[in-house]
Amino acid sequence: MALTLDEVVKEYPGGVAALRGVSMEIPDGDQVAVVGPSGSGKTTMLTIMGTLERASGGRVEVAGRDIASASDGQLAGLRAHEIGFVFQGFHLQESMSATDNVALGMLYTGQPLKHRREVARVALDRVGLSHRRDFKPKQLSGGERQRVAIARAIAKRPVIVLADEPTGNLDSKSGGEVIALLHELATDGATLVLITHDEKIAASFPRQVQMRDGEIVGDDRS
Amino acid sequence: MTSTTEAPPRPPRPTSIDAARLPLRELFGTAVQGLRTRRLRAALSALGIAIGIGAMVAVVGVSASAQANLLAEIDSLGTNLLTVTPGQTFLGANEVLPDTAVPSIEHQLGVQSAAAVYQVSNVNVYRSPLVPPAETGGIGVDAAGDNLPEVMGTTMASGHFLNAVSNQFPECVLGAQAAQVLQITQVGGHLMVYLGNTWFTVVGIMNSALLDTSLDSTAFISLPVADRMFSEQPNPSTIYVRANQNDVVGVSNLLAATADPQNADGVQVSRPSDALEARAAAKGQFTTLLLGLGAVALLVGAIGIANIMVISVLERRGEIGLRRALGATRRHISSQFLAESAILAFLGGIAGLALGAGATEIYALSRHEPFVVPLYALVAAPASGFVIGAIAGLYPAAKAARLSPTEALRST
Repeated sequence: MALTLDEVVKEYPGGVAALRGVSMEIPDGDQVAVVGPSGSGKTTMLTIMGTLERASGGRVEVAGRDIASASDGQLAGLRAHEIGFVFQGFHLQESMSATDNVALGMLYTGQPLKHRREVARVALDRVGLSHRRDFKPKQLSGGERQRVAIARAIAKRPVIVLADEPTGNLDSKSGGEVIALLHELATDGATLVLITHDEKIAASFPRQVQMRDGEIVGDDRS
Repeated sequence: MTSTTEAPPRPPRPTSIDAARLPLRELFGTAVQGLRTRRLRAALSALGIAIGIGAMVAVVGVSASAQANLLAEIDSLGTNLLTVTPGQTFLGANEVLPDTAVPSIEHQLGVQSAAAVYQVSNVNVYRSPLVPPAETGGIGVDAAGDNLPEVMGTTMASGHFLNAVSNQFPECVLGAQAAQVLQITQVGGHLMVYLGNTWFTVVGIMNSALLDTSLDSTAFISLPVADRMFSEQPNPSTIYVRANQNDVVGVSNLLAATADPQNADGVQVSRPSDALEARAAAKGQFTTLLLGLGAVALLVGAIGIANIMVISVLERRGEIGLRRALGATRRHISSQFLAESAILAFLGGIAGLALGAGATEIYALSRHEPFVVPLYALVAAPASGFVIGAIAGLYPAAKAARLSPTEALRST
């Protein structure tokens, strides 16, 4: 299993429960769309899957490892090697070229810059931006920026790609391109979990999970 | 859409998790990149450190230059001057040098020249007989040979030294300090002073005798006049000796025996340039007060850097969240901000070194002194900048490490 959640609970100080016992299994290579209204716990679930936060209760396995016993350093190692994030806000470094932004995605694997740049160029080719390698984020369109961010997430060939509303800041045309790209890139076996509001985007995924009030209320395979 | 069954096989998962790593070189590159992104801010906050270190380098440099100047002056006067004075007996009474001392010394091997002064006791100098006798101004009267300025390496500020005429007539020469006390700035006309109940014509004023400043507060008259008018004792009070430059110590060791073969123990020989060099070394010790001011400037600079770094951490929450998501540990984040702060202050230290050296150069040029910045400052200035920056960065770095890694997901 790429991801296993078993009765996962997340409570924040003050008694706010963001997740109230979420269980699901996501096999290697699966592609899952998570839908649900605001405040339903989608993003919280994604941060726990991505080891950015620890669950308050329940069991979480990421890439086959129970993360409850892992140290912060080990979790960081997991993120550095096995998990790729794509954010709604792109989070590209304005002062860096597209290539260096992608290379930054592998910084904490400890590989030297020269090697990371080589890998980054290949990744930019894969997302169709070989002609934009030396462009700064400001010189790119929104869709292009998100493609750079996707290249950053997949360059290190992670086991899991987590995307939080990757089309939220894009028009529908470039949003559609980004989703198509994510599907295409996942064909090399990576597991993809994507949060979206958009029913059409969710429908393009083989599996859809519906959330409401911190619980899973639907898990359909189309 | 695409089915996952087409995926190529992945290598089997390792059983242990590879740790997140950030090699030192990559850390350095990351920190420099962070500073280059915010150049103006970096430059302004480094300025505080630059001013602090610049002030300290200038204090050290100015002191060193002043010292070098004094040493050069001593060198130009010659370090081969020796003084011979009567010592004290075992019981504390004053010894006297025999009247044969000067001719004996002049014949000693390795002695270039010698000049003696003879204290004229109980005689004082006044501008006029109307000045109360107690107001001597601290000026002593010595009889001296006409080669005294030559041996001392002293020049005349005005007029000339004692000469053949002075052996016949009541003429005197004033030391620099004595002339100042008597308010005489220039010789000329029939300028006279009242010396031991007789009017003496002032024929010359000397410049300060750096190698023996006691000569500055003295009025000199010729030996025959002193002998005639004041029944001067023929025993020299001080003999100044120029030795061969390459055998100063050898000459010095023999001088006592030469001066008084029967009682060499009653003769003191010293080398005035030694004392002056010690004084020069003392002059090189920069004043604590000025260094303290530099330290305060440095402290303000360090606080400025800490302040800027704290603001920077708040502004860069998104970047910090992203880096955590990309696999940075808390330690990686804190080292990044620590490195930025240290490199910033290191560069400030180098700029400060340049500032301080520039200030020293301007000072040295304006005073016609040699330009000296001590070698250790070249290392100490950037190094102390680095250390100060690292300390100033401690709090912001810890703050950055504590930020929640979910920040990147929250902000859009």
